[in-house]
Amino acid sequence: MARKARTARKSVARKGAAGKAAPRKRMAATATAAAKASNGHDTLREVEQLLYRQAECLDGKRWQDFIELFASDGTYWMPAAPEQTTGEGVPSIFWEDRDLMTVRLKRLTHPRAWSQRTAWGTNHVIGNVTIEREDARSGDLVVRSRFHMMEFRNDTTRHFAGSYVHHLKRTRDGHRIRLQRVDMVNAQGPYEYVLQAWV
Amino acid sequence: MAVDIGLDVVRAVEPDRVHRSVYSDPGIFELEMERIFNKVWTYVGHESQVPNVGDYWTVQIGRQPMVMVRHADRSVHVLYNRCPHRGAMLYGDRCGNVGKGIICSYHSWQFDTDGSCKAIPLDKGYQGTRLTPGDDNTNIKAAARVGSYRGFVFASLSADGPSLVDWLGPAKVAFDDMCDRAPEGEVEVVPTCFRVIQQSNWKIFLENQLDSLHPAVTHESTGRAAGEVEEEISRKGGHAPLSYHFLSAFATPITKWDAFQTLGYPRGHCILTGYMGLRPRDPDTLAYEKVMEKAYGKQRMEEILGVNIHHVLLYPGLSVQSPLQQLRAVRPLGVDRTLTEIWHFRLKGAPEAIYRRALGYYNLVNSPSTMVNADDLWNFWKCHKGLESEGGDWVSFHRNAGQDHETKEVTTSVIGTSEQPMRNQFKAWTQYMNGAH
Repeated sequence: MARKARTARKSVARKGAAGKAAPRKRMAATATAAAKASNGHDTLREVEQLLYRQAECLDGKRWQDFIELFASDGTYWMPAAPEQTTGEGVPSIFWEDRDLMTVRLKRLTHPRAWSQRTAWGTNHVIGNVTIEREDARSGDLVVRSRFHMMEFRNDTTRHFAGSYVHHLKRTRDGHRIRLQRVDMVNAQGPYEYVLQAWV
Repeated sequence: MAVDIGLDVVRAVEPDRVHRSVYSDPGIFELEMERIFNKVWTYVGHESQVPNVGDYWTVQIGRQPMVMVRHADRSVHVLYNRCPHRGAMLYGDRCGNVGKGIICSYHSWQFDTDGSCKAIPLDKGYQGTRLTPGDDNTNIKAAARVGSYRGFVFASLSADGPSLVDWLGPAKVAFDDMCDRAPEGEVEVVPTCFRVIQQSNWKIFLENQLDSLHPAVTHESTGRAAGEVEEEISRKGGHAPLSYHFLSAFATPITKWDAFQTLGYPRGHCILTGYMGLRPRDPDTLAYEKVMEKAYGKQRMEEILGVNIHHVLLYPGLSVQSPLQQLRAVRPLGVDRTLTEIWHFRLKGAPEAIYRRALGYYNLVNSPSTMVNADDLWNFWKCHKGLESEGGDWVSFHRNAGQDHETKEVTTSVIGTSEQPMRNQFKAWTQYMNGAH
């Protein structure tokens, strides 16, 4: 009994420090990840792989896989203006939780999504990946990168480029996206046609 | 043999059909610029876009680059964005504040915000010439007429023609409906403007705004996708935000659209009545109704919230969605290219939740990531391509032709899917092209 109570107290103390409760085993794993992160390479490599995987999902039109990279409360956000600090209550180009992402997926794959009836594809290149912040205890990360995307659709080429900021949360199955912010340098310009899928 | 009408706009329009060249002939497009866009009242912007003295927004009227600017006496002026000296455009960006005055970046001519010339560097050199300091032609040319209705600013490049209120006619309900829904009786712009270009003639967009035959076909995929997720959320015990309903309503079966009504007014303006059920009984709406009742009294509140509009089309350049506080301004760029500028507004004095509702629509339907207009724009491009072809000469507006009920003030359709709004638009088009103001 006494032993159990002590464990419970400890776990409360930990919760206070790390901002959330975590089972003991996972705490240990996180600590190891944090230790590795302190010399940088393993976490950076892991994160780069995640960004590349995400780009492959988009270019391969594997929409469900794309959505699953997000945490259950994850959000994909493309602000309407670079100075915005949240998508809550302000105009956005995209501001989608997983439910809205699912609407987009279902539309894209519907047999009568008429504008899908022309050949189109994209090519994403991701670079300049840096870890901006890391929570040593939780393993949560803020990662900044740059992208260049070329789209070829209906015999026309468009370019979109800008920065991603991924807020990642460490889970049992690796990192999941809590928030992805997408700032395109050409977000403010007039759009020749629209954006049907995530960038 | 293909029918070639050349630039004969009288032959181009018949009561139930129009010749394809009115969409595809660059010569007719130039005539439209001259006879329609250089004459009508064009929406320039909302007064709240330029709250401070010196604030400006650049805008295009027909082919003319213009600038809307707030003057020291608080009046809003609409000027040609052009220096009277050597013709340089004065502002190359979209918006800002003029600071100490309008200064041309080429030779530093300086102007007040009403366009009057304040200073010319080394002005002796112009004395006795046809550009003598003090002459009217040293001022920036202003739009011939500027008018404002409930904060919405319009300008006309023609000195002749009806007043703004007369020109709006019954279609001014677009602004009355939007502003009356604000407990304080006015709206304020949210300073984000999404710009989307359509690869099609401008008239194709206007016709589509009132075409209730298309949503169930064009937007079935999005409507169904949203409907499925909406159901899934309810199944899990949640409550999908109204935005899902905005999308799923597009999948309303084609047979039900006949129940709605279109109203055609003089000068091509039209209304499509509402179908999205924007007076739900959720707590947000109830809280809003309380504020509205306090501001207006119960009877007036009921009148205001009972107005049943989906779109108001102000021909030839503005589509207003008053119950969701948004509008799309149509700027033809060429015979086959059209820019839409998309804005939304806050109802002054209304609870935040009511704004969030409009915002949901703005983000999902009207932003560049729109799942709705994606399929419209695809259709518009295909329509335009088809109309460039010689596969046929005429565009059909035969649906329920001959059955419109016409009075002096309003033309009503027998059913919601009638092509009456298109016939009404072309009636106005013909009048303008034949020289009417």
